[in-house]
Amino acid sequence: MIPISYYLIFAAALFCIGLFGVLARRNAIAILMGIELMLNAVNVNLISFWRYATPEKINGQVFAVIVFAVAAAEVAVGLAIFISVYRRRGTVSADEIDLLKW
Amino acid sequence: MSLNDLLVNLNLIMPITILTAWACVLLLVDLFIPKERKGITALLAALGLLVALALVISRAGVATSAFNGMIMIDGFATFMSVIFLFSGLAGIAVAYDYLIRSGIERGEYYVLLLFSIVGMMLMAAAADLIMVFLALELLSIPLYVLAGIAVPRPDSEEAALKYFLLGAFASGFFLYGTALVYGATGSTALTEIVSATTSGGVNLSFLVIGAGLILVGLGFKVAVVPFHMWTPDVYQGAPSSVTAFMAVGAKAAGFAALLRIFVLAFPPLAMDLTPVLWALAAFTMIIGNVIAIAQRNIKRMLAYSSIAHAGYIMMALVPYGQGNVAADTVASALFYLLAYMLTSFAAWAVVIALEHNMGEGRDTDGLSLEDYSGLGQKQPALAAAMTVAMLSFIGIPPTLGFVGKFYLLRTVIEGGFPGLALIGLLTSLVSAYYYLRVVVYMYMRDGEPVVRREPWLYFTALATAVGVVVLSIFSEPLFNWASQAVLKLI
Repeated sequence: MIPISYYLIFAAALFCIGLFGVLARRNAIAILMGIELMLNAVNVNLISFWRYATPEKINGQVFAVIVFAVAAAEVAVGLAIFISVYRRRGTVSADEIDLLKW
Repeated sequence: MSLNDLLVNLNLIMPITILTAWACVLLLVDLFIPKERKGITALLAALGLLVALALVISRAGVATSAFNGMIMIDGFATFMSVIFLFSGLAGIAVAYDYLIRSGIERGEYYVLLLFSIVGMMLMAAAADLIMVFLALELLSIPLYVLAGIAVPRPDSEEAALKYFLLGAFASGFFLYGTALVYGATGSTALTEIVSATTSGGVNLSFLVIGAGLILVGLGFKVAVVPFHMWTPDVYQGAPSSVTAFMAVGAKAAGFAALLRIFVLAFPPLAMDLTPVLWALAAFTMIIGNVIAIAQRNIKRMLAYSSIAHAGYIMMALVPYGQGNVAADTVASALFYLLAYMLTSFAAWAVVIALEHNMGEGRDTDGLSLEDYSGLGQKQPALAAAMTVAMLSFIGIPPTLGFVGKFYLLRTVIEGGFPGLALIGLLTSLVSAYYYLRVVVYMYMRDGEPVVRREPWLYFTALATAVGVVVLSIFSEPLFNWASQAVLKLI
C-alpha cells in the first residue's frame, strides 16, 4: 500500500500551487482557480486521513462532500459578482479594479 | 437518524429552525410585495428576529447538545445569539431608509440578512469543526452578496469582489487547518479533539500547524493584522448599512468560533499558540490604531478602528490556556463584544444619517470629517450619540467601552502578560486622538451638515448610545451573566 505521506505531500504541494496562484495571478478568475486548488488539496487530505486513520467512521468522507458542495455554492456567488464587474468595466483584473485603495 | 429524531433535534435548536424557515418563506412572500412597499419585508424580517430573540431568551437556562453533538446549545451560544439578533434588528433599522434613498431597496436584502444571522447563530453553537465551516460559509456568502447589493455602484461591486476573493481564500486556510487537525486526532468534534490530545498518541506538529491555519482562516474573518488588508476597502465600498451589520456581526461570529474552538479544543497547545496570539493582538492594536490616525474618510476610519478593536478582543484570548483564567477570557471577550456592538451601531447610525448622494447640488458625500463640522449646533442629539460612541471606543467612563476594556485588561494581567496590557493601554491613548478629532469637528467647527431626518435612524443612534451609558452603570450583573455563560462552556 502506498504510504500516507505520499498523499499528504501531494496535497501540500497542491495547496502551495493554489496559494501561489492566488498571490501571483492578477485575473480574478485565475485567483478563483487558485482557491479551488487549495480546496481540492483539503479534500485529498481529508480522504487520505479518513482512509488511513479512521476508515470505520465516515466523518472524513462526509466532510469532503460538504467541502465541495459549499465550494460550489461559493463559486456560484463569486462568478455572479465577476460577471457583474466585467459587464461594467470590461475586465476582472485585480490591477485595474482599483477604485478603492487596496 | 429517523424522522422523529430529526424533529426532536430541530426542536432543540428552535430559534435557528424558525429563523431559517422564516427566511425561506420571506423569500417567497417578498415576490408578492409591490416594489415601492418593501418596508413590509423589513417589518416581517424584524418580526422573525424578535420571535427568535424571544425564543432564545425563554430557553436561556437550557444547556443541551443536538445533532449527535454537532451543535451545543449553552449559555455561550445564548449570549452570542442575543448579540447577533440585536445586531440584526439594528441592521434592519439603519438599513430601511438608507436603502430607499440610495435606490437599492430590494426585499432580498432582508432575507440575506436573516440567512447571515442564522449562520452566525450556528457558528456560536457549533461544537464540531464541520459545523463551524458550514456556519462560516452560511454567514459569509450572504454577506458577499450584501456587500455588492448596491450595483451598479462601482465601489460596491468592487467591495463585493474583494470580500469574496479574500473570504474564499480564508476558507481555504481554515479548511486545510481543519483537515490537519482531523488527521492528527481522528475526529472533528471539539471535545474529542481535546481528549485525543491529552491521551497522547497524536501527531503534535500536525495539530499545531492545523490550529495555526484555523487561526489564520478565522483571523481573516475578524480582521486581525496581518490579515486585515481587505477590511478598509470592503467597509468603505459596501453600502453603509451593510458595513454596520458586517462590522459587528461577522466579527462577533468570528470571535465566537475562535473562543469556542480554542478554549474547548486547544488548551493543550497553549504553550505553542500563546506567543502567536500575543503577537497578533499586539500588532493588531498598534497598526489598527496608528493607520486610523491618517484617515479622513469616516468609513475608513471606523474600519481601522474595528481592526484595532479586534486586537483588544484578541488580547483576552492570549491567556486562554490557563485553566483559572480561561473563564475570564471568555467572559471578558463576550462582554466586550456586547459593548462593541452597541457602540458600533451608535456610531454607524450617525454616519448613515449624514451620508448622502453626491450631486443634487452637493459636492460631498457626507463621509469626510469636514462634513461633521457644526453637527453639535445643528443636530445636538445625533452629535451627542456620536460623542458617546467615540468615548466608548476610546474607553472613557461612564461608557460600556470603558468597563469592557477594564475587564479585558484585568484578564490579560491575571494571565501574566502585563506587557500586552500596557500596549493595549497605550494604543487606547493613541486612539483618543482620532476619535476625539470627530468630536472636535462636531462641536468646535462651524458648518452646515446635511442630515437625513428619519425616525428609525434617530431611534437606533439614541437607543444604542443611551444603552452604552446606562448599561455601564449596571455592568456588574451583565458581566455576571457573561460569566455564567462560560461556566457551562467549560
